[in-house]
Amino acid sequence: MAIISKEESKQILEKVIAFSKADGLIANLNGNNNGNIRYARNTVSTAGENSDVTLTVQAYYGKKSGVASVNEFDNASLEKVVKRAEELAKLAPENPEFMEPLPPQQYGGESKTYSESTAKISPEYRAQAAANSINPAAAKDVTAAGFLEHNHSFNAMMNTKGMFIYNQSTNVDFTVTMRSNDGTGSGWVTRDFNDVSKLDTAEASKIAIEKALGSRNAKAIEPGKYTVILEPAASAELLGNMFFAMGARQADEGRSFLSKKGGGTKLGEKLLDERVNIYSDPFNTEVPATPWTGDGQARQRLDIIKNGVVSNLFYDRYWAAQKNVAPVPFPGNIIFEGGNASLDEMIKDTKKGILVTRFWYIRSVDPQTQLYTGLTRDSTFYIENGKIKHPVKNFRFNESPVIMLNNLETLGKQVRVGGNLIPYMKIRDFTFTSLSDAV
Amino acid sequence: MKRRDFVQLAGLGIGGMMLPLGLLGNSNPVSIEALLESPLSTLQKKQLADAALNAAKSSGASYTDVRIGRYLNQFLATRENKVQNITNTESFGVGVRVIVNGTWGFASTNDVTEAGIRQATSQAVAIAKANSKFQTEPVKLAPNKSHGEVSWKTPIQKNAFEIPVSEKVDLLLRANAEAQKNGASFVNSNLFMVNEQKYFASSEGNYIDQDIHRIWPTFNVTAIDKAAGKFKTRQAMSAPMGMGYEYMIPKSEDKLPGIISEMPLYKNSYDMIEDAGLAARQAKEMLSAKSVEPGKYDLVLEPNHLGLTIHESVGHPLELDRVLGYEANYAGTSFATLDKLKSGNFNYGSKLVNIFADKTQVGSLGAVGYDDEGVQCKQWDLIKDGVLVNYQAIRDQVHIIGQNESHGCCYSQSWNDVQFQRMPNVSLAPGKDPYAVQQMIKDVEKGIYIAGRGSYSIDQQRYNFQFGGTVFYEIKNGQVAGMLNDVAYQSNTQEFWNSCTKICDASDYRLFGSFFDGKGQPSQVSAVSHGSATTRFNGINVINTGRTI
Repeated sequence: MAIISKEESKQILEKVIAFSKADGLIANLNGNNNGNIRYARNTVSTAGENSDVTLTVQAYYGKKSGVASVNEFDNASLEKVVKRAEELAKLAPENPEFMEPLPPQQYGGESKTYSESTAKISPEYRAQAAANSINPAAAKDVTAAGFLEHNHSFNAMMNTKGMFIYNQSTNVDFTVTMRSNDGTGSGWVTRDFNDVSKLDTAEASKIAIEKALGSRNAKAIEPGKYTVILEPAASAELLGNMFFAMGARQADEGRSFLSKKGGGTKLGEKLLDERVNIYSDPFNTEVPATPWTGDGQARQRLDIIKNGVVSNLFYDRYWAAQKNVAPVPFPGNIIFEGGNASLDEMIKDTKKGILVTRFWYIRSVDPQTQLYTGLTRDSTFYIENGKIKHPVKNFRFNESPVIMLNNLETLGKQVRVGGNLIPYMKIRDFTFTSLSDAV
Repeated sequence: MKRRDFVQLAGLGIGGMMLPLGLLGNSNPVSIEALLESPLSTLQKKQLADAALNAAKSSGASYTDVRIGRYLNQFLATRENKVQNITNTESFGVGVRVIVNGTWGFASTNDVTEAGIRQATSQAVAIAKANSKFQTEPVKLAPNKSHGEVSWKTPIQKNAFEIPVSEKVDLLLRANAEAQKNGASFVNSNLFMVNEQKYFASSEGNYIDQDIHRIWPTFNVTAIDKAAGKFKTRQAMSAPMGMGYEYMIPKSEDKLPGIISEMPLYKNSYDMIEDAGLAARQAKEMLSAKSVEPGKYDLVLEPNHLGLTIHESVGHPLELDRVLGYEANYAGTSFATLDKLKSGNFNYGSKLVNIFADKTQVGSLGAVGYDDEGVQCKQWDLIKDGVLVNYQAIRDQVHIIGQNESHGCCYSQSWNDVQFQRMPNVSLAPGKDPYAVQQMIKDVEKGIYIAGRGSYSIDQQRYNFQFGGTVFYEIKNGQVAGMLNDVAYQSNTQEFWNSCTKICDASDYRLFGSFFDGKGQPSQVSAVSHGSATTRFNGINVINTGRTI
C-alpha cells in the first residue's frame, strides 16, 4: 500500500481536486517503504522496517491557505480532508508571500531516480550486508559499527491549475566505522546509491578495516597551515554548507557571504579559483535527482560556479517575482567537475601534506565569511615526499570553503557522496588550529 | 549535504531559525481544535495495551512494553511584520517492544485498534526471533518496581495549546516590532510548543499515563551595515523549558540584573519584547565592536552559554552506550572509559565541580514522572567533588557498571521509534557560599564574559572542543571594558573542568536547554536542560575567528 501506482495516484488526486470549492488546491500524495539494520560491537543491535502513505491537501483563498492531511483514501475521507483544509484556509492570516500553484510545466526528460533492485531489498539482504562487514572485521581484531538504510518512495502532486506529476525514487545509504581493538585506530567509509546492486558492503568494509589498522598509534604533529588532500566525503559537507547559503534573497538583503560592500551581490563575479566548475543536472545517471521540485518547477542543468565565477543564486518564486527574474530552484544534486588525477597520483605529487578521510562536527563560526570549524576523524595521515609516512592525531580546523577553493592545487577524480559528485581535492594552506586526542 | 541535518539546523548552530519540519517524521498537520481533542480514554488505552501484552506473552515474550503515544506540535514562525508559518501537527500510534529468546524486537503502527496492535506485536516478536540468531549475549534487565496505575503531568499553569494562536502571533510580532524600533534590519521569531501524551504499559504491571509540555520562544535579530558589507546577528536569551505558556509572561522576580547595564537575564519566565529590543541594540553594537586579541583569558560563563558546554563536554561523554561503542558509527565513543570510573579517582574537574543528572527538576525539559520503560525518575551524581562517579544508564545497561537499578533515562521521540538511553538533565551544582556575578567580575583581571549560545563543535570522543557565544564582553581589572567580536575558545574537556575556580551561588542558578538533541541511527531527537550558575574558568585559550574573503 505504501507505494501507489501512477494511475491509481492520479485517480485519487482527481477525486480530491473535484471536491474543492476553494480558489485553488494543491494535493500531494506521498508514500514510502523504509528498512534499516544497525550493528555495533560486531553484532546486530537493531533492525526494522516501516512504511507510510499520506495525502496532504493545501487549499487557498487569495493569499490565505490551510493544510490538512489524511491516511485513508475512501471518498468520505477525501472529502473531509479537503473541507478541513478549506476551513483552515479561511481562518488563516494572509501570507503576503503566498504564491499560487503553477500550471503544467515542461520537463527535460524522464526521471532516473528509481531502481527496482533497491525497492526489493529483503531482511535477508540486510542481514547479509551486515555479516559481510562484521565477519572480516572480527577476523582482523577490529570492531565494526555500521548502519545500512534504504528507502523506496513515491511522490504524486496535482493542483487546480492542471498540473499532475509523479515520481518514484529509491536510495540506499551505508556507513561503517571500524575500530582496532587496541582502541588506537579508526577507519570509516560511506557509500550511497539509487541502485543497491552497486553497493558492496564487503568492499567498503575492507577499506575501513585497512584504515583502522593503518591509523593505529597516530603521532602528534603541530597544528598550523598544511597542504591537505581531502577525500570527497571530507569536503562534501563543507561545500554543502556553502551551497545552502547561496540564496538570492539573503544576498540581496545584505546578510550573506555573497552580499557586496555598499549593496548588491557577487552574482557574476569571480569568487573561486578559475578551475572550479560546479553545476547541477537531475538527469545525470550516476547521481540522478527528481526532475522537478515539490511545487512542480522544472529542474534542469544549472551552472552554479563557472570558471570560478558565481553563475547563479537560488531564487524562490516569491523573491524572483519581487526581483523580476526567473525563479532558480534549489538543485537536487551537486556535480563538482573533477580532474584525472587518482588519489595515489595526488599523494605522489605531494611534498608535505595531510590526507583527510572525513571531517566531523562541522559548525558555522561566522556566516559572513563562511568560516566553519570541525575536526578530522577516522584516519588522518601525514604525507612526505610523495608517500604516506604515518598516521597523525586528529586536528581541529577553522576554514572557509571560499578560502579553500581559492587555495586549490589539484582536482582529482569524482566520487558519489550523498547523491552528489565531488572530486578529491588538494588544497594548500588549510588551517588546522589545535590537536585532538580523539581516535 | 543530501539530507539536511535538521537536528543541527534547528538546534543552536547554523540556520538556527529554520523550522525543523523534517523532525515531524510521520506527524500530520491538523487543525488547532484537533490539538485539544483526546482520541482515547485511559481505560481504552489500558484495554488496547492489555491486548498487546497478552498476545506477546502467548507468543513466548518474556517481557513486553507498549507505548500508546499522541505527540502534538505547534510551530509559529514570523519575520518582521509577517506571519510566515503556522504549523499544527499530530502523530498518534503505538509502539510495542518485546524480549523473545533474550533478544529485543520492536514494531509500531498508527492503526491504534486491537487488531492493529496485535499485528504490530506479532511483527515485534518475529523481529526478535530473527535477530536472536545473531545475539551473543541475552538482554539482562535490571529489576523495576510495579507502579500499578499511575499518572504524571508537567506542572504547567497555562496550556500553551489553549492560548489562541492570534495571541501568540501577536506577541511574536510585537517582539519583532521592538527589534526594528531599536535598529534591527531583520528579525525572525519562532515559538515552538510540544505536548507528549504518553501511555506506557508493561508486562511487569505498570500502567503509566503522562502529559508532558514543553515550550521554546526564540528569535534571531540581524543588524546590517550595508556600506561596510557587514552583518551581525544576536539570538534570544530565552531557554526552552518544560513549562506552559506561563514562561511567556514576564515576572519581575525571574529577572536577574546581569553585569552589562540594560542586559537583564531571565530565569523561569521570559520578557521576549524587552530582550528583542536589547538584541537589536547589541547586534548594532557588534558591527563596530573590537576584534578579540587571541590568547589566554579567564572566562566568566553565563548559564545560557555554559549549559551547552556542559551538554557537549559532560552530558554526551557520560552516556553509557557511547562509552560501550554502540554509537561508534555516528555520534562517536567517549574518552570517559569504564576504567576511569572504576579507578574511583579520575579527576574530571576541580574539587568545586559537582555535576548531577536528573529527570526531576521542575521546569526542565527532561522532567517526567517515569521514563519510557516505566522507571520512576530520580537524581544521581555524575561528578562528585571533581571525580567521575557514574554514567547515564538504563535497564539493560546498568549491570555492565555493577549496578542493579536503572537511572530512568530511557526515551523515544515517538511511538514509531524504539526507546533507548538518552541524556537526562545534566547540571552543574551552584557554589555553596554566597557569591554574586558582580563579585566574580570584580575578581577577574583579564577575562571575557560570554553570554548565550553560539557555535559549538567537539570531537567524537569529547576531548577537544571549540565554542562561541552570543555576546562577548572584555573584563579588564575587575571592570567590564566593552564588547568584543570574533571570540571562540578551544580547550580539552578534562583541562577545562579542572580550570574551574569559582561558581556563583544558587541565586544565580538557572536552566539552559536544547530542544533537538540528536542521537542514534535512524536519528532521534530529545529535549534536555542543563542548569548552572555563572562560573569562572581560568586561563582558557581564546582564538580570533575573524577572516576576510
